[in-house]
Amino acid sequence: MQQILLAISTLLFLASIGYTAFALGAARHLPHRFNFWMLAAGFAAQSSFLYLRGLEIGRCPLTNLFEVLLFLSWATVLLYLIVGPAFHLSLMGAFAAPLALLLQILALLVGDRQPSTPPAVLNPWIETHAALSVISFGAFGLAAVAGAMFLLQDTMLKTRRIQPLFYKLPPIGELAKTILRLMIVGVILLGVGIVAGFAVGYLPEKSKLLAALAAWCLYAGLLLARALRPLSARKMAVASVAAFALSLGGFLWIAKVAVH
Amino acid sequence: MAISEQKPNIVCLGLSHHSAPVEVRERFAVSPPRIQAALDRFRSIEGVSEALILSTCNRVEFYAAGEELRAGYHAFDQFLREHSGMESLGLDTLYRYDFPHSATHLFRVVSGLDSMVVGETEITGQVKQAYKTASQAGATSRLLNKLFQRAFQVAKHIRTKTGINKGAVSVGSVAVDLAGKIFGDLSRCRVMILGAGENSERTARSLLSRGVRDVRVANRSIERAQALAASLNGMAVPLDNWQSEIDSIDILIASTAAPHPIIDRKRLEPLLASRAERPLFLIDIAVPRDVHPDVNALDNVYLYDIDSLEAIANMALNDRRIESDVCQRLIEAHVAEFAEWLECDFARRRGAAKQVACEGGEVFTEGVRV
Repeated sequence: MQQILLAISTLLFLASIGYTAFALGAARHLPHRFNFWMLAAGFAAQSSFLYLRGLEIGRCPLTNLFEVLLFLSWATVLLYLIVGPAFHLSLMGAFAAPLALLLQILALLVGDRQPSTPPAVLNPWIETHAALSVISFGAFGLAAVAGAMFLLQDTMLKTRRIQPLFYKLPPIGELAKTILRLMIVGVILLGVGIVAGFAVGYLPEKSKLLAALAAWCLYAGLLLARALRPLSARKMAVASVAAFALSLGGFLWIAKVAVH
Repeated sequence: MAISEQKPNIVCLGLSHHSAPVEVRERFAVSPPRIQAALDRFRSIEGVSEALILSTCNRVEFYAAGEELRAGYHAFDQFLREHSGMESLGLDTLYRYDFPHSATHLFRVVSGLDSMVVGETEITGQVKQAYKTASQAGATSRLLNKLFQRAFQVAKHIRTKTGINKGAVSVGSVAVDLAGKIFGDLSRCRVMILGAGENSERTARSLLSRGVRDVRVANRSIERAQALAASLNGMAVPLDNWQSEIDSIDILIASTAAPHPIIDRKRLEPLLASRAERPLFLIDIAVPRDVHPDVNALDNVYLYDIDSLEAIANMALNDRRIESDVCQRLIEAHVAEFAEWLECDFARRRGAAKQVACEGGEVFTEGVRV
């Protein structure tokens, strides 16, 4: 059943990407909120998978790299489903779907190899700490998605090569605001996650702690730099993509070395 | 009521910007106060049971429905001669269509495919108004009601399923689209016009139509600046003050008669320091250009000159022409459906011997519903 749910969500994300690419390439009509509903359906399948997985292992399904990557994909889609309609960002789903799919495919490639053994004592705060930390990366991931959309739109505006995609993408002003808001959300969630971990006396491995702190410092530093000295929206967009690539690399490395 | 053995026909006679110059079109034009009389006269032609007149600045068309009608019917020529006051009607300026070509033509017109700016939507409203007028005058009945209602469905279908009205096709609308893609909501944008010319005024009006509320006008002649500012509900500022205004504006329309660029990177970059990440959209419609191209390299600055705006407009026009082939196929399908309905309606009314599968799944044989 769990494999079927994973396959369904993967296919739904693939369908979202495939049909959007086809519709844009062939200048066909893209049904209203097509990507939103495809991702929502994929999200429902992912949620069901994670729920069943949680029941099976008796804890939040963040016990191995496979689960962590799936949880991160789920968190990215969750944040899109909240942010996309709220900010009226057209095509954000089309750009979020490849990231969600990439994370899911990475999880499938890694494989569900490590045994998921429940700890002797379950602490819900530790579960919250882990979940919040991963969801914060979902926010950073979505900020990177908005950053990529900004850079694409900005390039078309600067070079005056107006493609059909230009008319579908949101205004760059809205994207710049979205990048900023998602970075703030991510910094708050990761900050709370790190503090919650310490507060309950949960001390992860040194490398994992360093990586989480490094990611937090990177994003907090960017926000601070922007507050002290105005950074152009383009520089913030580049930073959101680069910071996520760096953080994801570190995150994957740490998660592979040791999962709590 | 006696039912004619002759199949009903829908005829369209007219002339448009494609076929006739304005001095001919204006002879045929029917002003709103004269529509009723013209409809009455048109319907008095033998065989014409329903009539509709569409009169816009680009076309004048007469639609008639009834039995035994042909577009080449000499009574129509007589009517058109009297109506236009032209003794010798130039046959090359008039088009005459029998059904189904009349339906195809109407569907093309109402969808904007036959318009001067392909894909424009104003014509749909004009056709709706013409239909309303004829309907209220009691000049339309079953055939034209069905045809025009179908025409409005076709227009909606084409606009939602194709890209015929996508993209901006004039300099003003391109500027507005670009501003929308930079700022989103234009109601909070502040615009400054540098050089109160006709083109800058037109562009500013396009922006005003999309929600811009705050306009400032800087011009060498302060009187001209004040006059334009008053007409745009804006404010006049001295031309020498434009640099101090840069901090607070979002869109600059430059259209001065200066022989050299008055804005370049060296002058603009220091003025941007206090703008934080707010974008600046520069619309340079002056020839020679007012803004040096090197400012486009600055972050958050987007420069478009007249050539780049026109290139985008032409690209959209070209796309619309390509898309019109798709629209034509959709129209042909709608015409075929309408022809089927017409055939069925004729069979039903005549109690035809042949069996015709009717719209909605009804089947008639020997005039009996089965």
